[in-house]
Amino acid sequence: MAKRIDVSGLSAFYGSHKAIDDISMTIEPRSVTAFIGPSGCGKSTFLRTLNRMHEVTPGGRVEGKVMLDDENLYGSGVDPVAVRRTVGMVFQRPNPFPTMSIFDNVAAGLRLNGSYKKSELKDIVERSLKGANLWNEVKDRLNKPGSGLSGGQQQRLCIARAIAVEPQVLLMDEPCSALDPISTLAIEDLIGELKERFTIVIVTHNMQQAARVSDRTAFFNLAAVGKPGKLIEIDETERIFSNPSVQATEDYISGRFG
Amino acid sequence: MNSSSLSDTPPTPASTDNFASISGKSVRPGDRIFLGLSRGSGIALLVIMAAIAAFLTYRSVLAISGDKANFFTTLDWNATGTEPKFGIAVLAFGTVVSSVIAMAIAVPVAVGIALFISHYAPRKLASTLGYVIDLLAAVPSIVYGLWGALFLVPHLTGLYGWLDDYLGWTGIFEYGDGAARSLFTVGILLAIMILPIVTSVSREVFLQAPKMHEEAALALGATRWEVIRMSVLPFGRSGIISASMLGLGRALGETMAVATVLSPSFLIGKSLLDPGGGTFAQNIASKFSEADEFGQDALIASGLVLFVITLLVNGAARLIIARRKEYSGAAA
Amino acid sequence: MSTLTDRTQVASGGTPLPVSLKQARLPRWTPPVLALVAAGAGCGIGLGAGLDSKIQWGLITALLYIFGTYALSAAVEGGRQAKDRLATSLVWTAFLLAVIPLASLLWETVARGIKVLDGYFLSHSMGTLPDAMPGGGIYHAILGTLEQVGLATLIAAPIGLLTAIYLVEYGRGKLAKTVTFFVDVMTGIPSIVAGLFILSVWILILGFGPSGFAGAMALAILMMPVVVRSTEEMLKLVPNELREASLALGVPKWRTILKVVLPTSIGGITTGVMLAVARITGETAPVLLLVWGAKTINSNPFEDAQQSLPLYVFQQWQQGSEASYDRAWAAALVLIAFVMILNLVARGIARWKAPKSGR
Repeated sequence: MAKRIDVSGLSAFYGSHKAIDDISMTIEPRSVTAFIGPSGCGKSTFLRTLNRMHEVTPGGRVEGKVMLDDENLYGSGVDPVAVRRTVGMVFQRPNPFPTMSIFDNVAAGLRLNGSYKKSELKDIVERSLKGANLWNEVKDRLNKPGSGLSGGQQQRLCIARAIAVEPQVLLMDEPCSALDPISTLAIEDLIGELKERFTIVIVTHNMQQAARVSDRTAFFNLAAVGKPGKLIEIDETERIFSNPSVQATEDYISGRFG
Repeated sequence: MNSSSLSDTPPTPASTDNFASISGKSVRPGDRIFLGLSRGSGIALLVIMAAIAAFLTYRSVLAISGDKANFFTTLDWNATGTEPKFGIAVLAFGTVVSSVIAMAIAVPVAVGIALFISHYAPRKLASTLGYVIDLLAAVPSIVYGLWGALFLVPHLTGLYGWLDDYLGWTGIFEYGDGAARSLFTVGILLAIMILPIVTSVSREVFLQAPKMHEEAALALGATRWEVIRMSVLPFGRSGIISASMLGLGRALGETMAVATVLSPSFLIGKSLLDPGGGTFAQNIASKFSEADEFGQDALIASGLVLFVITLLVNGAARLIIARRKEYSGAAA
Repeated sequence: MSTLTDRTQVASGGTPLPVSLKQARLPRWTPPVLALVAAGAGCGIGLGAGLDSKIQWGLITALLYIFGTYALSAAVEGGRQAKDRLATSLVWTAFLLAVIPLASLLWETVARGIKVLDGYFLSHSMGTLPDAMPGGGIYHAILGTLEQVGLATLIAAPIGLLTAIYLVEYGRGKLAKTVTFFVDVMTGIPSIVAGLFILSVWILILGFGPSGFAGAMALAILMMPVVVRSTEEMLKLVPNELREASLALGVPKWRTILKVVLPTSIGGITTGVMLAVARITGETAPVLLLVWGAKTINSNPFEDAQQSLPLYVFQQWQQGSEASYDRAWAAALVLIAFVMILNLVARGIARWKAPKSGR
């Protein structure tokens, strides 16, 4: 039961610097929404406001509302730890815990959230690794350190780790930018499968990738360096890439700037 | 940690040395002199180390062969007269016990402060604190000794009485009335002394813990403590060990702070709170002024034992770190 | 354990387990209020039970606070949050626990040291003053310390610097590895052992008497490895491109080192040497064995006993009279001030001269 995200009037700050300004959008459940835009336009910052990771950066501060179905993530009494458990995240660079084995990496989130029997844990780990299309490659070396895998495998391990706790939403911050084309393809296929179960938001620099994997695309831009980033438009991916309603979007997509 | 990662890159391109020989001429005199000087310094350093080992051993052999009692087990230090009898048992016991107490107190507290600075304190406070801790690490040990003797000792009697009331039955924490000039006090003072250096090194390591692993833990819904347990402590473990060993090395060899605080005796008492006992370094400092040449040799012999112990501790630390590094993939 | 079966189902069926984002949280003011309550209770118990040591009051307060927070949080917020709070309060306690003695050390030294510290104190020696009498000063000790530390630096700095240059610029092969290893070993030598070594060679075998120079040699042994290590670090920070650029211009290697490598890293090297100087300034043990201490001014470091600041502190403490305690504190204050100033200046230089690419 993936959830819908409703953002309204959201601004994020680094100290006194406003990084993104007054963003409102709806992210549909069980679909892939891609964020595109030039560097520094605040798309990653925006993504990190969706699981309250932004406030972890020193000086990070958020104004506005993010509704997950009918609960405001920034409402009073909401525990950021619970938010992050509900909204999973995959990072730009694969970051498996270097001292943990492959198995322990996938089980890490589960072990935080409760006590499981060994057999249950085994089942969930296997299911998650299968869900991340990694099971066949690692099933014989579950006890080896996760840092021994290739970059693409590490990233899929991180995805397995994120989905093992069954989040409602999966945020991906340029998950393929550190990977080779074949690994990228594997991840993109995986995203297509995962959207059956999760609401997925992906930030990408690669417009072909956005066109390939996403159902809806949001274009972000900033007026000038040092000015806050803004949402220009969000629409069906097909429309954004064929017939966007704003000129700036078309300019960016056709490579006229950015 | 820093040095090892840097030393992976070869210091100078190999070609530079060939440069002179390829040119066909003999090596320039300037280069030869300079290389000679710098290599000579390195060799001088080795010679000094060899000399330290050789001369200490030589004088120790003189002392031990004149010792009429077993040097390792005798509970006495009488290195004068025709029947000198002395042994290091009390000193070894006192040195080890006081250092162990110091480590048991200092390491957890230092790791706590290091975490406080790296992960808990507000940012402004954190950088100031780090600076202050670094400065405190430079306070001379004699100042700790003076403070320990004139301030800490009188303030500990109440606590010791309390410990005696509740834990006296163990024997270890028995405490008669008297000044708190005991091995336990020495341990506490040594703990306070090594706190800054252990904190400083641990903090450095914690700050280097990769942000991306902390974020990974956070994004899984970990609390702050869970983030530290999952990503910071595993990364910092070898750093904590090397910091502790550095502190241990200092505690073992500390002279003045012990000499001012301890009221020495050549007995191994059951209680840690009652005055008495001694350490290698303290014994050398206190016995030196009244020692004749043979007495000084005897002290040198005990110094050699201290030297060997610190060497072993440092060696062990290095081994542990080297092994951890292979396993933990700290390069990630 | 119904939630467990729920969870397993979840993973297979794809129905996520319902989690509430809202968790019962203790209000923000809980920890400080609890700390106050614990402090009050600690003092109350201390007074009530007639405990005369403030250390006990503090310990009771700390224990009450730690367990109080844990219990309250476990009851209201659940186990994970409680553990998190336990860690937080432990870390804070560790910090406070450490701050108190260290602050007390500085405070006592300043408060008690300032009493007799004046121009007279700095410009006079002890002379023939009886130990129990007030008066006297540390001029002879300052002079001795400056001479001993100066001599030690003259010996240790060049050897340390050149060794570091050898290790970084030329060092390959067995010799370099051996030197690196023994520099590490040397770092761990207790200061009293360095003192014993010079004692055995210089005084017992060669038959010299105590002198500032004997002490300086022991201090030099302690200083050398520190200088080597810090200089090594700094030289390694110099980018290889700089060396190659110079060599490619046909500049001989030794001139490259002198004209390119050293000037680039001079700030860091100076800092390292100054920190090493600060460290040996406070060393007492070798001075006790080799310089012996004196009450009068001896400006010749090569002959006869001298005084030094740390040793002066020790000897005044040994006298055990009120007046000598005052002098010990005052000298300790001067010593701390000297070491701190050296440290601050050294770190200032490091920051000012830091290479742009550096940390």
